[in-house]
Order: sequence, then C-alpha cells, then structure tokens
Amino acid sequence: MGKQFLLGNIKVPGIHTYDVYRKHGGYNAAEKALKTQTRDQVIEEVKFSGLRGRGGAGFPSGMKWSFLDQKSDKPRYLVCNADESEPGTFKDRFLMEKLPHLLIEGMIISSYALGAKTSYIYIRGEYMYVLRILEKAILEAYAAGFLGKNILGTDFSLDLYVHPGAGAYICGEETALLESLEGKRGLPRLKPPFPAIAGLYACPTVVNNVETIASVPCIVNISADLYNDIGIGKSTGTKLISASGHINKPGVYEIELGLPVEEFIYSDEYCGGIWKGRSLKAVVAGGSSVPILPANLILKTAKGEPRLMTYESLSDGGFVSGSMLGSGGFIVMDETTCIVRNLWTFARFYHHESCGQCSPCREGTGWMEKVLHRIEHGHGHMSDVDLLVDIAKKIEGNTICPLGDAAAWPVASAIRHFREEFEYHVKYPEKVKDPKHFEKEPFVSEKLERAVH
Amino acid sequence: MSEVRFSNDTLTLVSKLIGRYPEGRQKSALLPLLHIAQSEFEGWLSVPTMDYVASLLKIQPIEVYEVASFYSMFNLKPVGRCLLEVCQTGPCWLRGSDDIVIHLEKKLGIKVGETTADGMFTLKTVECLGSCDTAPMLQCGAAYYENLTTESVDALLVKLNADGERSSYMK
Repeated sequence: MGKQFLLGNIKVPGIHTYDVYRKHGGYNAAEKALKTQTRDQVIEEVKFSGLRGRGGAGFPSGMKWSFLDQKSDKPRYLVCNADESEPGTFKDRFLMEKLPHLLIEGMIISSYALGAKTSYIYIRGEYMYVLRILEKAILEAYAAGFLGKNILGTDFSLDLYVHPGAGAYICGEETALLESLEGKRGLPRLKPPFPAIAGLYACPTVVNNVETIASVPCIVNISADLYNDIGIGKSTGTKLISASGHINKPGVYEIELGLPVEEFIYSDEYCGGIWKGRSLKAVVAGGSSVPILPANLILKTAKGEPRLMTYESLSDGGFVSGSMLGSGGFIVMDETTCIVRNLWTFARFYHHESCGQCSPCREGTGWMEKVLHRIEHGHGHMSDVDLLVDIAKKIEGNTICPLGDAAAWPVASAIRHFREEFEYHVKYPEKVKDPKHFEKEPFVSEKLERAVH
Repeated sequence: MSEVRFSNDTLTLVSKLIGRYPEGRQKSALLPLLHIAQSEFEGWLSVPTMDYVASLLKIQPIEVYEVASFYSMFNLKPVGRCLLEVCQTGPCWLRGSDDIVIHLEKKLGIKVGETTADGMFTLKTVECLGSCDTAPMLQCGAAYYENLTTESVDALLVKLNADGERSSYMK
C-alpha cells in the first residue's frame, strides 16, 4: 500500500463528523496555517509541493494561486469546483461524501492564503445528497469556530456556502461554472480576462477542483518537502483514481503518482484484474475526454517502457501513442467491448452537453453522434470513417472552451487505434445487428489473424 | 390552478439563500430557488412558477426561462410522481445499463421519455451521474440506486409504488 495523504482515515467510523475528524488530527493543518504561517508562506508551500490541478488539466496549483490579482480593491473569491461530471470520474463525490471536513479544512486554508472572505463550493445538482452532507459538516465547522468571524481568534473570517448546479457538464469549465454561480446559463467566457483577474462578479477569483483543495491540509501538515518526495518528476504526491468498467474491483483508489499502470490494473490492491477471466482490450485512462489506448499501449509506451500513472508517462508519445492522466477516470474495457458503441455513447454525451455557443462544437458533436450511430447500427459507409476524422479535426482548437477538444479526441483516437473495427461494422452490417455483437465472439483484427496463420 | 406561492417557512429559507450572495447579486440564488420551486410544485416548472421565482429575485421572467431551459434537471413539462433517471454513458453501458433500460421499458410498458398511464413513473435516460463504480445505476429524487440488476429494479418499483411519494431532489 502506498502513502494515503487523503484517504488515510477513510475507514475510521464516523470520520465524516467533526468530532471524529478532529480527534484524528483534523483541522490541525488549519490551526497551523492560520496561527503560524503568513498567507504568502502557505502559497509558497503549495507551490513547492508541486501539487497540480486534480480536475483534469493538471496546471500547477501554486502558480494558479499566484496569478490572483492581489492589488485589486475588490473582494477575492475562492470557488471549489465540485461539478464532477466527466464520464468515468467519481472520486470527488466519494471524497465529499466520506470526508466532508477534509474539503472544508482545505477551503479554510486556501481561502486564508488567497485572502478570500467568502467562498463557495459549486456542486453538481445531481449530488444533492452530498450537498446535504457538506452543509451539515459546515454547520459543525461554524459551531467549532473554524468558520465565521475571527477564526481561532485571528483576524481571518470566512463564510463558506454550498451552491447546487442543475445538470450541465459544461459547468465544470471554470468560467461556465462562474456564469452558472451568477444565476445564468453555463456558457464559457472568452479569455482573457482570466478568473484570477475578473472571475465571480468580475472580482479576482480562483477556481480549484475538490481533490486539489483537499490536498492542501496534508501539504501544510507534513510540509511541501515531504509531499513532493512522493511521486516522480513533476507528478508529485498522490492522486485519486476512479476505476470503472470491466474490472473485478471498481472503486476509488488513492495511488502514489508513479505506480505502474499494469500493477494498478492487475494488483488485488487496486482493480484486481479484468472481470470474468477475460483479457484487456482498451483503457480510457483519464475520463472520457482523453484518447483511448489499446492494451499494448496502455501497459507500455511505444518505446517499450512500462507506462506509469503520472502526467508525463501517460502522455508519452503524444496523441499518436499516448493519452493523458486527466481527471483520473480510469475506464477499463475487456475483449468483448465494441469500441464503436462505447464511442457512440461518448459522442452522444458531448452532443447532449455542448452549450451551443460555438458552431464547430454545437454542429460537430451532433454530426459525429449521427455518423457513429449509423456505423454502429450497420448503416455506415466506408467514407464515414474518414468523415469522422475530418469533423473531429475541424472541432479541435476552434472553440471557446475545451469541450470541443474533449469531444474530438476520443473519436480521433478510437479511429487511430481501432480503424479496422469501424470498417468491420461497415463491411458486415448483418454481424453487428445484435447490440451485443462482440459479446459472444470478440472482434478479432483480420490483419492480426492473417499474421498468425 | 391555485396561486403559486411558497409557504412562509420556504420564504424564510429563500431569503436566507439570497443572503449567501453579495448585495445586488441575488440572481445567484436562481438555481437553488428553481430546485426548491420544482420540488414544491409537483416536480416541474410551469410558466407561472418561473414568473413567481423571477418576482422573488426581482429579475425579468426571461432570465428565469433561459436558465430553466438550459439545465437538464429542470422539467418544463409535467412528469410522473417518480422520475426514473437511468445513466447510459460509457462506463454504465459497459456494465449493462442497456439491459436495465430495456427491462424498465418492458416492465412499465412505456418507452424512454414517456410516463405511465397512471402518472406514477416517467422513464428518462441521462448522461454520466458520477457513479461508474456501482454501474449500472439510476437516480430517483436525491437517491442513487446502484449495482442494479433486473431483480433489484423490480424490487425498487414495488417499493416506490408502495411509498407513492413524489420524487424530489430536495428530499
């Protein structure tokens, strides 16, 4: 078992309550930061820790904090992005449900460092029961004097509120989230200005993912030096991985960055191998938006080195032979999976979630879904495969926010690595009539078969 | 239709919610208020309901309509007492969400998007609800029903029927 910076106490009964959390060292970091460290010291610690945004983009968190406009005379805001909606990702829900006080403690320290007096946790509306858990924990924190006026007798005061979304993936994009928090449609803003200059109510704002903020108490507790001892290179500390799909043990796992992918998939400590004794076909390693990789390329890089769970190793080879760590939404597919059908569900998702602001995304996501639907249902043409590549190319990089890229990458990568399977659907429409077409007889690459015989 | 108005208790809650945002930024309370309104007025947002919310926040009705129509959790048409929302995105599909949808359609005698004749159930498919490790799953009100099998779905329908309560995200 590796280091457990976040989930170390997860099995302690009642850890979601203030009393138990406090008894197990909870709020010690808040105490340490507020009483013994200056705001700048906390920011420096987070910078030195090497902590990177855990929502998907992986941007250095300390650097993001240092962009916040400190000269402005407007109020400053910290907003926690709990709009977790990336398919395959459920670690933030797990963390908030089981350890609400860890997030609250992280919000207190981070708000202190940034000079925010009011902070919000924007949680996706579907997680309403988690919102109730958070609100209960916030009341406990107020009662214990960790929120409200003059916390721990210092001159730092903080009000913390939870705000529900109402079903829109796009609100995970930070400027769409801010629009939504202002009571509007979640349409991403043109940048610049970035939120650090003009965010919530046009005031300087930092938006951070749940896991990012929950990592801050640990950094303050053990020091940045010890935090970045864990990990490899620029991937420091631990990361929560949401493991789903065709594995024996789906769930949330905290891993030390640098763990070999093979160990993560096959070790009983983590995924426990592929279910039903089947073999691995493909993995989407960082949430639905990142490129899919076939078994050989997820276990080893194109250079033949073992693939590691780090930002760098997972993206080794660029999009030709690599992918991304993303949000850590690790979706595993066994040999019976139809790559086309899985991709169609993703395309349908992005079509449904496109905010409609930019035409390449609004039109392109719907078009890709339509083409994938007809290929999957045996009505495709051979030219459809290249058509998909073409549409994806024309969406990528041509939209205000990254949703367009997120919709394009899965399509481009699935065709790059599994083109033959798409062509099979066109060539043999009668063989894909049954929606479970590869369940009894997994798809085998003809090229591969020829090579064997 | 009776007059659209929150109870006094709810109105107290509403002013508390508005107080969470800075002076003049009361529009921020729109999503929380729409959730409450939908829950209090039979699970959907009628035009009079939206107009009422607009009046509480001192904003134009159009500002409410455009928001209500953007977010997938708001129903702009009446729905059954229990809204069953089955997740159908990749990770759930890999674990058999199609079978759950087909089973529910057969069992309820309706297609996705329809409501049973007795007004009890509306069946809807939704995109990723962030419960991929317990797939297949569905949401009804605030509750997540996870690791579904056709048997557990049957049992759930019996339970919901017996309870007879209207599903709400707020309960």
